[in-house]
Amino acid sequence: MSVQAWTYLLVGLSFALYIGIAIWSRAAHTRDFYVAGGGVSPLANGMATAADWMSAASFISMAGLISFMGYDGAVYLMGWTGGYVLLALLLAPYLRKFGKFTIPDFIGDRYYSDTARLVAVVCAIFVSFTYVAGQMRGVGIVFSRFLEVPINLGVIIGMAIVFFYAVLGGMKGITYTQVAQYCVLIFAYMVPAIFISILLTGHFLPQLGFGADLKGTETFLLDRLDGLNTELGFAAYTDGTKSMIDVFCITAALMVGTAGLPHVIVRFFTVPKVRDARKSAGWALLFIAILYTTAPAVAAFARYNMIETINGADGQGALYSEAPSWIKTWEKTGLIKWEDKNGDGRMYYAKGDANEMTIDRDIMVLANPEIANLPAWVIALVAAGGLAAALSTAAGLLLVISSAIAHDLLKKVVMPNITEKQELLFARLAAAVAVVIAGLLGIYPPAFVAQVVAFAFGLAASSFFPAIFLGIFDKRANKQGAVSGMIVGIVFTASYIIYFKFINPGANNAENWLWGISPEGIGFIGMLLNFIVTYAVSHLTAPPPEHIQHLVEDIRVPRGAGAATHH
Amino acid sequence: MTRERRQAYWKRNLRILLTLLAVWFVVSYGFGIILVEPLNNIKVFGFKLGFWFAQQGSIYVFVALIFIYVGIMNKLDREHDVHED
Repeated sequence: MSVQAWTYLLVGLSFALYIGIAIWSRAAHTRDFYVAGGGVSPLANGMATAADWMSAASFISMAGLISFMGYDGAVYLMGWTGGYVLLALLLAPYLRKFGKFTIPDFIGDRYYSDTARLVAVVCAIFVSFTYVAGQMRGVGIVFSRFLEVPINLGVIIGMAIVFFYAVLGGMKGITYTQVAQYCVLIFAYMVPAIFISILLTGHFLPQLGFGADLKGTETFLLDRLDGLNTELGFAAYTDGTKSMIDVFCITAALMVGTAGLPHVIVRFFTVPKVRDARKSAGWALLFIAILYTTAPAVAAFARYNMIETINGADGQGALYSEAPSWIKTWEKTGLIKWEDKNGDGRMYYAKGDANEMTIDRDIMVLANPEIANLPAWVIALVAAGGLAAALSTAAGLLLVISSAIAHDLLKKVVMPNITEKQELLFARLAAAVAVVIAGLLGIYPPAFVAQVVAFAFGLAASSFFPAIFLGIFDKRANKQGAVSGMIVGIVFTASYIIYFKFINPGANNAENWLWGISPEGIGFIGMLLNFIVTYAVSHLTAPPPEHIQHLVEDIRVPRGAGAATHH
Repeated sequence: MTRERRQAYWKRNLRILLTLLAVWFVVSYGFGIILVEPLNNIKVFGFKLGFWFAQQGSIYVFVALIFIYVGIMNKLDREHDVHED
């Protein structure tokens, strides 16, 4: 069977599975729609959280990024996993005890203020749309490369699938589809990684192959990569080029941002008990760690394979006429470009003028199975896995947008008198509109999509995390403190990012940065500012009312969490 | 539940959080970032140790930390009689 036939088969089967699950798990109440009735088991919720969290970027782009960044790639690896420790220890159990549906719910109630609620709603919607645009684009790209469907048609097919299970099933439908999507995506990620690890190092586990010696030699893979990188003019693979303070701040901003992302936090509202919320965070991180400890190994394998293929075993450049077929296949998509500068008919990859290759980082995962000569079904599996990663994240984000509009905005602020049935209808309508907008963003991607990812994490770190954390751990934190803290955090972080990314991109380098901190890492400073302002203002103004102090005391102990509705 | 018992539970909880977060900080920001260069002089298997903590080790420790927290808290909840049925 050809690669394309395999791809149609595997993608078709996985889509049929998602639709089947959606029909089985329709939502009947708003509680089903927002938090799956609060009856999801910690293990299932852990898987769903992992799929929700690992986006098209984690699946398709991350290993490639690390491959080009070497040591510096650790900012993503630690940043996007370490946040779960904060989430499990500092936020999830208490938010579960609080027992409502959304982040703006918590912020609005805890700070007894509709202003605080509105600030939270606007942030939640902005962060989620930023993120979802990238997912729909990812869906389109996978369709166009593997199935040779035009990108726009690919986006529309993706929209139709998400529309079906998100609008029909709400959180309940999304949760159980995400469990299936996790299984698809992790299988699709691990199979090629294991194959390549065995081929290169003889080790079954990529995590071990990463530190092993290359098959048939006495040289460790990482030492060989350090050597190759240095010979070709790059920094040694295990060294990196970013300054220590920047690595520190980016890691911190990503960690705290992760813990503050609304689509991740809301997953912990879906389990029955406080102790399930804790355990569920552990499962989620375990499932995420399987991919995140494999990715740096894939990155190293791919870089080694790529350099060896292009520069040849003797390091003088391989003849283009004898290049393996994957180079030519991926040249058609524009992801690899060869420009024979010295006219010798040989390809050459290096830093500086001698370089003749332009290589897109996404190819490191997408073309990996072909680079390693793996069978057609493995290549098809990568397509199905990429789609699962993109669709599961998109669905989780759409739910946040729909609940922010139907619940936080309409029910809580604009028209408090609507019935539950009407609210459910509005939630479905909002989800439907959000799917269409997300699709349009995928078809007509604004040029700045890649630039605004820093925004999503920066904003989540500088707005939500301090407000929620102090809401639980500082009884004295009040309305005035939280509102001014969030506004200072957001304004500072947003202006820094907007200045360097949009107004004056030419100045975006370490010399002009504040203390050498890049826009990607500035959310950490924004978070510190938010903490300081909230704390200072709260302690200078009147303490929160009695019933709020009781609420805080109540969420600090597990007993008495609202019972889950049955399934 | 009395105020004193609530406070005793909360104090124990904060101490547990601080201990676990100290480990969290040391393996990632400590070993993986601040001390990465000195640790890179130590080699374990094919890995420079600092690099290993940054790209592998810290993640394993994160997973372990959450499960340890779950175990400790389940016990603490029972001791202080604030556990769920």
